[in-house]
Amino acid sequence: MTQVLSPRKTQISREPPDFRDSPARLLSAYAEPSLWLTGGALVIALAMMFGLLALILVEGTRTFWPLRVVRWELPERVVMGEITRSEWFRPDSQSIQNMPPELRKAFQESLEKHNGWVLRYLVRTGNYELTNEHFRWVSDPEIRLGKTTWPEWALVLERVAWGRFYGLPVAFLIDGKPQATTAPEIWDTFLRWHPEVRRRFRTIRRLETRVLGDINHDLETARLRLRSVEMQEGKQSPRYRRLEEEVAQAEKELHARYESVRQEIEQLRAENARYTLRLKTADGQEKDIALADIVRAYPANQLDLAGRCRVYLSRVWEFLTDEPREANTEGGIFPAIFGTAFLTLLMTMAVVPLGVLAALYLREYAKRGVLVSGLRIAINNLAGVPSIVFGVFGLGFFCYLVGGSIDSVFFRARLPNPTFGTGGILWASLTLALLTLPVVIVATEEALAAVPRSVREGSYACGATRWQTLRRVVLPQAFPGILTGTILAMARGAGEVAPLMLTGAVKLAPELPIDHRFPYVHLQRSFMHLGFHIYDLGFQSPNSEAAKPMVFSTTLVLILLILALNLWAFALRARLRRASHVLHI
Amino acid sequence: MTRDGFTKMSYLRAFVAMNLDRKCGVLRKKKESKQSQSTTDSFIERMSSMDPHSASSSAESTSTPGSPPGKVRQSSAQTNGSRDGSPLSFEESLLHGASRLAAIARGEPFESEIHPQVLAEPAVLEIEHFSLWYGKKQTLFDICMNIPRGKVTAIIGPSGCGKSTLIRCVNRMNDLIDDVRTEGDIRLDGVSVFHPAVDVTQIRKRAGMVFQKPNPFPMSIFENVVYRLRIQGIRNRQYLQEQCERCLRAAALWDEVKDHLNQNALQLSGGQQQRLCIARALAGSPEVLLLDEPCSALDPIATNKIEDLIRELAGEYTVVIVTHNMQQAARVSDYTALLYLGRLIEYGPTPNIFSAPRLPETEAYVTGRFG
Repeated sequence: MTQVLSPRKTQISREPPDFRDSPARLLSAYAEPSLWLTGGALVIALAMMFGLLALILVEGTRTFWPLRVVRWELPERVVMGEITRSEWFRPDSQSIQNMPPELRKAFQESLEKHNGWVLRYLVRTGNYELTNEHFRWVSDPEIRLGKTTWPEWALVLERVAWGRFYGLPVAFLIDGKPQATTAPEIWDTFLRWHPEVRRRFRTIRRLETRVLGDINHDLETARLRLRSVEMQEGKQSPRYRRLEEEVAQAEKELHARYESVRQEIEQLRAENARYTLRLKTADGQEKDIALADIVRAYPANQLDLAGRCRVYLSRVWEFLTDEPREANTEGGIFPAIFGTAFLTLLMTMAVVPLGVLAALYLREYAKRGVLVSGLRIAINNLAGVPSIVFGVFGLGFFCYLVGGSIDSVFFRARLPNPTFGTGGILWASLTLALLTLPVVIVATEEALAAVPRSVREGSYACGATRWQTLRRVVLPQAFPGILTGTILAMARGAGEVAPLMLTGAVKLAPELPIDHRFPYVHLQRSFMHLGFHIYDLGFQSPNSEAAKPMVFSTTLVLILLILALNLWAFALRARLRRASHVLHI
Repeated sequence: MTRDGFTKMSYLRAFVAMNLDRKCGVLRKKKESKQSQSTTDSFIERMSSMDPHSASSSAESTSTPGSPPGKVRQSSAQTNGSRDGSPLSFEESLLHGASRLAAIARGEPFESEIHPQVLAEPAVLEIEHFSLWYGKKQTLFDICMNIPRGKVTAIIGPSGCGKSTLIRCVNRMNDLIDDVRTEGDIRLDGVSVFHPAVDVTQIRKRAGMVFQKPNPFPMSIFENVVYRLRIQGIRNRQYLQEQCERCLRAAALWDEVKDHLNQNALQLSGGQQQRLCIARALAGSPEVLLLDEPCSALDPIATNKIEDLIRELAGEYTVVIVTHNMQQAARVSDYTALLYLGRLIEYGPTPNIFSAPRLPETEAYVTGRFG
């Protein structure tokens, strides 16, 4: 008995315990080091994220603030414009040697004082058509030799073309006759006539894009109809003949309408052409600028804070609601905002049902085994595939294969011009849906797995079938988790660029994917996208200095858009969570 | 040595033997280790030499492995008592029982002790030669019992003895678990629940079930109660409201929740949630109510309420309650069955089981000396 009951022999070490532990082990015996380690990691991560966000926020909001206009009379030139930024640089000795003696001396003083560094300013001088540059560098020694003034009536003009113009008002002309010659008078006259001229300008714009566009569209449709009949029945068929006459008749009418609209436009143009503003640049050149070309003008050094805010807000409003001009460096980004939101919406509509159903099968119906585990691994791996690969797939499969097939069946009359057989918002959104599918599937699976087994059993024990249990008990409980997955997918999709470059994003889309023409939603159209817009501005722009602030502003808008989408989804989730128990009554 | 001392000693011995046996059984299965087997054997021998009856009883039980199990052994007192007619002393019978438990642990067949009163009752549920395997592990061994109609039947037994598994077979909840195999039959009102033509959802509609942990659905109280009716496609608002009130009244919850039936059920307290689950199980008037340790997650007051409720439901419904609280079984049930390691040990009227059990194992269990 004692044999059995005696406790199992345990190994008791006879050597005295070794208290001289290694420093690393001693360190791990205290809480502080691990606290510092984890806390430090968090701080570094947060600092990087908030640093980036703060940079974007500051730079993005600063873009539209109207600055004062400086005029520098330098030894060799006169410069007038807004100081964009400053930096320290190291001039090379050769260029200093070539300078006139006075300037050389000033440079050498500055070099000695600052250990070989010289301060210089980047000035936005505009007047591209006269000087062939938008920006000029002005160095500190030059300024000290020259004369600095803040001209009282320096005007900043934002124009439809050629970028900004900086100048002093000389005269306001109507029909070539000066109406005002002193600066305040000129400004008053400008303010009186400008809105009217701009209104006419917008009318012209609308007539050109809307009315002429519609006429062109109708002409195109008529021709397409004729072409499809030709393809079906041949040129000799009576139906073709009849239609040909009809189309000819319609074309005649449309051409007549086109002409009348054209005339109307010409009249408006002629009316607008009467008003011009004569300005003098810093170096004394005079330039006449048609009032219709001026988007916005303001006397930069006259503005008080409220005036500056007005200019700022008006620029922000233009940025958010207008179309881009000047190779996207000016104007607005509305088409890109619209394209991004619409694309994300389409993507969500495609990915959520598909992903949720797939996850439901995987989690609820499939028998657990090697195959399902393998599938799960494959899905997780899919999330790690570079997005450009999805772009290539989207281009090859959706655009060329699916789109090409659609074209050859439904849009033969338009060939060889592709309709669906090229990049478009539908194919881009489907490509993104594919890209974000793993996110949705994984999140949905997690959400389903989090629904306790006891609740399912309760439902089965009530005699519910599997589908009834899923639909009435499991899905409502998993819904917030599914929405979280959707939010993640949306955020990922909205910020993606690489696949879009291949599947339909363009730097300038003439038309939005939704417009007034039947069938109103044009999924085959290419579109503008904020992410692609950022890339285009930052790396493809001919005027990179002017584009840079726009990059920040566009990024800010993109982040805000994603934030808005997320907040909306969060609110929806909270509301559903609250209401989930009354959903079924 | 005092009597108490002796009891303790002999019990200790029996217990050690049992546990050692169980462990060794596993070992033997795994390794076929001869050494351990011989240790066990020698140990058992030693035990048997101390108690002549255990050897004989185990010999007897091994000699009749194929005895028809449906037939209930009526002459159990005889087996239980000594074969030569002289009654066993208390200590001897305990030791005898303990080694029989050891025999069960070894996997030897065991014939249930079923009191004749149970057989006299009309049965709503007949469990016949029912065995169940989870994968390769057998969990239930050849169980035969009838559940009387309109009575409360408690199933007690130590943890892991297969109580829950047994009642989960009645409404085939074990179908949800992969790799379950059954033998034998369970008949609800004479119809086999395993018959291929039987729709499992129909079976579950006829047997309401309440689980260990309250599991209300994340919907309103009203929707929870009428869930069974909803999934049958009943839409008549008035009927649903009537049924909701009836079930909540039956579950003694109506007065507490009648003013906020649209409130989320998850906001109720634990006891209220469990009563709600009972109300939910009552909707659609099931023939059998299966309660799987309904009070194990509740405080004493809530437990009291549920127990009162079970007493009230008896008569109208047939209740099968699994519990490991013996007082509870004694309080609420008309009949009690003791399960041990997947075998039915003794089954009879509750007063008999608790105050005059026929088997010493039962007495040992209900007095809290093993399990």
